[in-house]
Amino acid sequence: MKKMKKDTMWAYLFILVPLCTFTIFTLYPVVSAAITSFQKYRPLGSEWIGFTNYINTFKNSLFYKSLKNTLVYTVMTVPVGMLLSFTISIMILPFKKRIQSVFKAAFYLPAIASGVALSFVWKWIYDPLPSGLLNSVFHIFGISNQNWLGSGKTAMISLVIMAVFAGLGGNIIIYIAALLGIDPSYYEAADMDGATFIQKIRFVVWPLVKPTTIFLTITSVINGFQSFQNAYLMTGGGPDNETTMAGLLIFNRAFKYFEYGEACAQALILAGIIAIFAILQFKLSANDVEY
Amino acid sequence: MGLFKKYSSKERHIELTRNILIAIILFLVAVVTLFPIYYMVISSFGTPTEAGGASYSLIPKEFTLDSYKFFFHYSVNSFRWILNSFIVATVVTLSNVIFASLAGYAFAKLRFPGCKVIFFLLLVAMMVPYQVTQVPLYILVVNVLKIQDTYPALIAPTLVTCYNVFLAKQFFSSLPTSIIESAKMEGCSQPMIVWKIVIPLSKTILSVMAIMTFLGEWNTFFWPFLVCNSEAMQTIQVGLKNFSFANTTYFAPMMAGATISALPMFILFFSLQKYFLEGVTVGAVKG
Repeated sequence: MKKMKKDTMWAYLFILVPLCTFTIFTLYPVVSAAITSFQKYRPLGSEWIGFTNYINTFKNSLFYKSLKNTLVYTVMTVPVGMLLSFTISIMILPFKKRIQSVFKAAFYLPAIASGVALSFVWKWIYDPLPSGLLNSVFHIFGISNQNWLGSGKTAMISLVIMAVFAGLGGNIIIYIAALLGIDPSYYEAADMDGATFIQKIRFVVWPLVKPTTIFLTITSVINGFQSFQNAYLMTGGGPDNETTMAGLLIFNRAFKYFEYGEACAQALILAGIIAIFAILQFKLSANDVEY
Repeated sequence: MGLFKKYSSKERHIELTRNILIAIILFLVAVVTLFPIYYMVISSFGTPTEAGGASYSLIPKEFTLDSYKFFFHYSVNSFRWILNSFIVATVVTLSNVIFASLAGYAFAKLRFPGCKVIFFLLLVAMMVPYQVTQVPLYILVVNVLKIQDTYPALIAPTLVTCYNVFLAKQFFSSLPTSIIESAKMEGCSQPMIVWKIVIPLSKTILSVMAIMTFLGEWNTFFWPFLVCNSEAMQTIQVGLKNFSFANTTYFAPMMAGATISALPMFILFFSLQKYFLEGVTVGAVKG
């Protein structure tokens, strides 16, 4: 009996630090954000203003625009990224282990470079002058000069291209691990039935890696909704707020205009939207997979 | 037998041709994805002159380290930024491995009142978007605790992440309980069990955790950017951003700075590639 007590004491001691960090740096901030969202924040004694922050947010046309931009960004980034990484993973599969790891490393390397460093490189790739890198390439194909980050038509797609490139490596590695986990007997059975390569992909591989696809989709969508850094460093949300996404909107509310209360209200709305999306995706995908 | 058709020995050449074709396509795609990094490194060896519209080339015309000198001369704190990043990332990595192992073990192998509820809370915490916590955290650190521009401000919020606790718990659950039971019979105390049995059996997963934590902390921009105003306390990512915003036309030095910020991670990657590639799949593919 005494021994049991001792184990319990050790257990609490072991979880003490994570529990404290969780309480101070997650639980307290969440509660505080909820409270602040109903206040006009002042360093000494905030003022209670009811739902004003939420009402202002819903009246703000930029809020809807940023949500639309976030959605467009996510809808463009996620499916393209998933499809590309799935295809590349399949293509890496026939090779020997050593060659596989060379390709894996090559595709993963951009994910290791810091986002800040990469954003500078891309800024120069997107240089609007005719001598700019992407413009020179396009010039060969007879496409006229584009102001990549500076024009409303191309700014968003420029950010999307960059995000797809950076996210590819991680997805590929996860997909390959899932593909290597498929039991060869499935392929044998498919071969017996005279299945073509495409049929094997469609009826064997795709259903079997579905859990991985779901996991990657949900995490990519959540990341897409929270994206902030590239827009902040590359376009600053411009031109004309065409690339202002929810993450940047909230950041600007808080740290440019110091409207802490409204920023918290917007963040909570965003969190709600993300939660709804995650649950929906989970429900939808759970329905059509049969294990 | 596999996904790809196996050819008989007579038709070996078809298989070879197919694989070479696939390899060429993959190589071309890899060239495109690696291009930004290649471009960054190559350009960093250019001369530190204002680029303003001058043509920059894909093949190095010259090789000089002047741009690196330019970057380090820009601020007296340039070296300090790199040092700061190292200090913060190292401390965060160590604390994460230590505390996540201890907590992961407690959640995996010890039964205590509230263990399920607390673990569930940590799981939920992983899903809270950082936008929700950013403002209160900023107020807490800057206005309440008044510790901006200090190492504790940079380190404390990620002292041990819920994700790492979760990771450790998942792995430790797969360790045989019988070993732990028999160690207890022999009179081994709980901390000794963690130190002598659990950690040696989990070297791979803990190395993966350490590497991924270090990488994430080195590359993180947002939090250090919020809480570090004084130049001396900035990390390399924040310093790099400030450098580039102040020298928008100095192309080569900017690339030199970017290379400096990325280089330590590249070195780490190439020396510990196996752990990196494993780290990505840990927690993603259910075993």
